Amino acid sequence: MDHQPTVRSTWKRPPLLLTNTLWRRLIYSGALIYLVLAVQTVEVDWQRVYLGLERGWRFIEGFLVPDFTTRWRDIHEGLIESLTITLTSTVAGILISVPIGIGAARNLAPAPVYLACRGIITLSRSFQEIIIAILLVAMFGFGPFAGFLTLAFATIGFLSKLLAEEIESCDRSQIEAIRATGASWWQVVNYSVQPQVMPRLVGLSLYRLDINFRESAVIGIVGAGGIGATLNTAIDRYEYDSAGAILILIIAIVLVVEYSSSYIRRWVQ
Amino acid sequence: MTTSSSPVWQYRTRKQTLLRWLGWFWLVALTVFCWQLMNENTIWAFVSDAPAQAADIGSRMFPPAWSYVGELWQPLWDTINIATLGTLLGIMIAVPVAFLAASNTTPSVRFVRPLALLIIVASRSINALIWALLLVAIIGPGLLAGIIAIGLRSIGFVAKLLYEAIEEIDVTQVEAVRATGASGAQVIDYAIVPQILPAFWGISVFRWDINIRESTILGLVGAGGLGIQLNASLATLAWNQVATIFLLILGTVVVSEWVSARVRQAVL
Repeated sequence: MDHQPTVRSTWKRPPLLLTNTLWRRLIYSGALIYLVLAVQTVEVDWQRVYLGLERGWRFIEGFLVPDFTTRWRDIHEGLIESLTITLTSTVAGILISVPIGIGAARNLAPAPVYLACRGIITLSRSFQEIIIAILLVAMFGFGPFAGFLTLAFATIGFLSKLLAEEIESCDRSQIEAIRATGASWWQVVNYSVQPQVMPRLVGLSLYRLDINFRESAVIGIVGAGGIGATLNTAIDRYEYDSAGAILILIIAIVLVVEYSSSYIRRWVQ
Repeated sequence: MTTSSSPVWQYRTRKQTLLRWLGWFWLVALTVFCWQLMNENTIWAFVSDAPAQAADIGSRMFPPAWSYVGELWQPLWDTINIATLGTLLGIMIAVPVAFLAASNTTPSVRFVRPLALLIIVASRSINALIWALLLVAIIGPGLLAGIIAIGLRSIGFVAKLLYEAIEEIDVTQVEAVRATGASGAQVIDYAIVPQILPAFWGISVFRWDINIRESTILGLVGAGGLGIQLNASLATLAWNQVATIFLLILGTVVVSEWVSARVRQAVL
């Protein structure tokens, strides 16, 4: 008995993901039901949106024809505050996160230190900058100092975690070679770990500088100083041309920081 | 005599050492200068008062207002919807932008690509909270402002990672599909999409996870979700309600992180 397999004349493309038919149908229909439910919760006041369109148009105009001069004193003050917060918080964050990062690396630190440092990192990473800023503003009062503390705290979680991961993936043979010469723990860190992680640490620090600037533009909304407060005021006063100017400045500074940091990173590595 | 003439091994030349010292010196000087400038208006009495304030707030927070949770489920649902629908909106705009920005799929390297990159940078440099601030002023408070804010912020992130994935695809598959006589759209559909699909799902879920975090606070400026409750509790100094909201946010973030980690594990 020769069993001839039937040859289909048409080809149907197999699914790329979720090859199990049952799961695919379940997930797709679940997603569809969720989508219908979610869209229903969005109540849109079209009257209000229609009224807002005119304002939206004025904002676009303000963005295209920004007004740097009228509020220049406020903008200048806010920018200086943002930039100083950015630099000081990044430097302070790096200084604190290097020891914590070393402590959170399993191959260098004993278990109690490891757990303590991982705990600090988790604590710092689990809350939004804004929420930390709200708490710190309540404690330290309004102004850039609270912003500085917020960003330094957020930097610790980011930088120590990535630094610890970098140290853990270090080349073991170099550590062993240095240890075999009779080096102490400090010397091992200094001569075998530090040269391996330094380029990455510089790169991460510059990346964090970039992030901190962007965040410093936001935390002002809750009173922690910086250009965010100026922007908030400008929008509250419906001065969209000043708001446009501030946004353009933020974008320009982020661009400059991004390009210069990629340049420095290439130079370091 | 021998000590002075024999060369001493040095890691760097004198010029390099000098330059490094100058670099560090400038960094320290600039930091100190910025510190001074920043703290010109700082009232140190408030700063020294901080431990007492912290203890006070802590004691007011301590028994979190558990009964308040009942009022939070609706805002939590709104928050999740803002994040999910915002991510969807962001992805829908980000995918074409990514194809226009990738140097191997863009129609014009000279004109279209810089424009796409500009969209990506502009969206990336402005936080969702700022977008929300603008949109609440323009279209009024509510979920829609939050969704659009999250969507606009997501464009840059998703498009950037996606266009990097597109640029890294295997060219031979594209050539093979093209050799069968496929049109441009078919090449994208059969040669490029299958290669970037895992990356696409990974990026989308990752962004969704970030968006859950961001959407919890969008209400601070009136864009719906838990933040509205947070703002109200902060305004009335009801710190025990604030503590409840923080715990709920923390729980949501942990769950969303777990979900996104599982999905990425399954996809990649």
